[in-house]
Amino acid sequence: MLDSRPPLLELQDITKSFGGVTALRGVDFTLRPGEIHGLVGENGAGKSTLMKIIAGVHTGFSGRFLLDGREVHFNSTRDARAAGIAMVHQELSVAPDLTVAENVFLGNQPTNALGLVQWRRMAREAAEQLKRLGIDADPMSRLGDLPIGVQQLIEIARVLFSGARIIILDEPTSALSPPEVERLFAALRKLREQGTGIIFISHFIEDILLISDEVTVFRNGRKIMETPAADTSKAALIEAMIGKGRDALEDSYTHDITLPAPPLDKPVVVEADGLSLARNLKRVSFAVRAGEVLGVYGFMGCGQLELARILFGKLAPDAGELRISGERNRFKSTADARRAGIAFVPESRRDMLFMQEPVYKNISISILDRINAVLLKPSRERALAKRQVEQLQIRPADVEIDLGLLSGGNQQKVALAKWLSHPPRLLVLCEPTRGMDVGAKSDVIGIVRQLRDQGIAVIVLSTEPETVLSLADRVIVLKRGEVVREFAGETISKDRLLEAA
Amino acid sequence: MAHGETVPMPEAQPRRNGGVASVLRSQMRNIAPFLTLIFLTAFFAIASPSFATLDNVGNILTQVSVTGIIAVGLTFVILCAEIDLSIAAIANVTGIAVAYFTLQDSYVNIANVPMPGFVAILLALALCALLGAVNAFGLTVIGIPSFIMTLAMMQIAAGISAMLVRGQIAYKVPPLITTLGSGSIAGVPWIVIVAALMLLLGHLVLTYTRFGRYVYMVGGNREAAEYSGLNVKLILGSVMVISAVCSGIGGMLGVAHFGSAQQNEFDTYLLDSIAAVVVGGTSLFGGRGGIGNTIVGLFVLGVLNNGLDHVNIDSFLKILIRGLILLAALVINVYAQRLRAKAAD
Repeated sequence: MLDSRPPLLELQDITKSFGGVTALRGVDFTLRPGEIHGLVGENGAGKSTLMKIIAGVHTGFSGRFLLDGREVHFNSTRDARAAGIAMVHQELSVAPDLTVAENVFLGNQPTNALGLVQWRRMAREAAEQLKRLGIDADPMSRLGDLPIGVQQLIEIARVLFSGARIIILDEPTSALSPPEVERLFAALRKLREQGTGIIFISHFIEDILLISDEVTVFRNGRKIMETPAADTSKAALIEAMIGKGRDALEDSYTHDITLPAPPLDKPVVVEADGLSLARNLKRVSFAVRAGEVLGVYGFMGCGQLELARILFGKLAPDAGELRISGERNRFKSTADARRAGIAFVPESRRDMLFMQEPVYKNISISILDRINAVLLKPSRERALAKRQVEQLQIRPADVEIDLGLLSGGNQQKVALAKWLSHPPRLLVLCEPTRGMDVGAKSDVIGIVRQLRDQGIAVIVLSTEPETVLSLADRVIVLKRGEVVREFAGETISKDRLLEAA
Repeated sequence: MAHGETVPMPEAQPRRNGGVASVLRSQMRNIAPFLTLIFLTAFFAIASPSFATLDNVGNILTQVSVTGIIAVGLTFVILCAEIDLSIAAIANVTGIAVAYFTLQDSYVNIANVPMPGFVAILLALALCALLGAVNAFGLTVIGIPSFIMTLAMMQIAAGISAMLVRGQIAYKVPPLITTLGSGSIAGVPWIVIVAALMLLLGHLVLTYTRFGRYVYMVGGNREAAEYSGLNVKLILGSVMVISAVCSGIGGMLGVAHFGSAQQNEFDTYLLDSIAAVVVGGTSLFGGRGGIGNTIVGLFVLGVLNNGLDHVNIDSFLKILIRGLILLAALVINVYAQRLRAKAAD
């Protein structure tokens, strides 16, 4: 599959430090034309740093950077783009108020001799490109009105069809449903045939093995292993990534799981009865008991985000009611929901954390009214935060630094920590392990189990079957806003879950 | 914990905000206005012998007092990443209202409703609080952006002012207001003391109370505040009322200070108050800054306005210079935000 032409991209002995911390140590990396190169490693292993060097984001580093065999120096992302390098970042960066077509051609709209945008041509070409990714969206509709998964595909489309010779995809599949992933892979394979070099970063090892020709593993800023994808396995890659086996976690992904019998002796904490919301939810009913984790599984756009927001008082249902400990509740605000003992972690950490504030203020924000009536007590806040940081093993263990300086997995732990110093009655978690490395994932799973054992009712909503399987005691499957299946006290596997959705 | 051991990963540890350069960068928002103040003070002290005198320091303090009182409330609003354009109009209408409820001399041709002094003050305070509550209602319940909502309120308050005085000028205000606005104690004008106390109170509330923390958090990331279970609408509504009440107090004392209550008396205070807050370094994007910044901003404006009077300069050029200084401050404000975001990247 690989040809003998000179490599598209060759990095030699790259070292990069931030302040006193070395993020990359003497890394070599090669990308050939027509190669899909998978990149795996835990958060903070150096993958993103390397990619940012390639994309011209980081300009100061030591080592040689060769493009088509010639040494180059990028001063900015603009230089990289001019050299044919394009990157899709993990975080969605689209313009929701512009049309689909404008987003596909962002910064690159076709114009006529007068410099005016050729709308009709743009719409036609956008529709063609999107069809190749299997997206059947009206090119003139507002992008923000489409589901997140589709928005992500459109962002990817923008880069895939930009004519770049080197394409970097950072966690492109995390918000996509399996059929969407399939279509993305088909498009990538077509680009590979045309000689494009693709770097594919993902936490989904199966995806990496499925699509990549070559796989490179990073750990602690070093390249640990490089191997053809055909010659390795998920277990081998995970072991290389984290340096030791994590059998228990692996089990929960691949084997059948027997769900426990529902704890009928425990009181019902939350009861949803016929919740409906516009086109998003139709008569959704369920009950969760104390000490039980209810998993809500479904593809992107199945209504789980809306359901979670109803539970936390952010959205009001059109019909149906919500009972907390038997008491009918109509939340007017998220503050009402919090006072009723409900805790909520949204799917995006950015929506839940204060990046420019110190860790301790992030942890204390939801319980400030319990530690003080009017005046703040910073020493108590810090003590509470320190205890949480210790218990959840948040690194670095410093409550004074700005939250934005923590890695993604540690930020997610902070998002949990803020609800834990005064345990809630019901914890609603959206995508609690999305985009996290294996170690942080198993930490979060441990924390949630611990909370359940303390008698807290937990609802986990996710589009990743692994997440639901590794956490839930009982699972409901949502499809187009309706509960189509419930799994309780029986044996369940990823296949059966996917089948039900 | 699912596994009792963490892998020691120095690479996973983000770098700290180490190094003098990095501290300077992240503190630029606070340092730049202060340097501006020192520079301006030094410049005028050298350029004019009459500038750096004790008397003139008193002048500057008095000159910035009304702006200072109004800017206290505005600081809360801007910290929440909102804006209040009705401050000057509310100051004006409150000042006129307190005169309207006071017995005027017979030659003042206003059909007013005289009340005992404390009632007049309470009614005026109730009026500005009510107007602030209308701002709050429009912003939080109806969902009108504060920029537009307070623009409408600016007109409404100006309209009420016009209806009350009908082009006339009132001179009398309750004795308490007269004392606080134009009296002094031991040589210190009461209005300076009131401004200082209100700035202090604002600082204490922002720094040491739960409400103050919520203001910063709502300004820092409104969505996160909501998902943390804060009552964001209540907090936004409160800052709009606080801003209106501070403006009202500034307006009442201002009327006593100027010696008259009339239409359009406070027009320049809108720009001055916003300028004081922003020049001081409080972020227009919310969540950063505070009363300390506002005080520095007040002095920058005060020194500038006062100093330009001491040097021989074209009075029309003065206006241009003020505009340029404001522009420079805005550039620094936006730039500081970017540097800070970079430092945390």
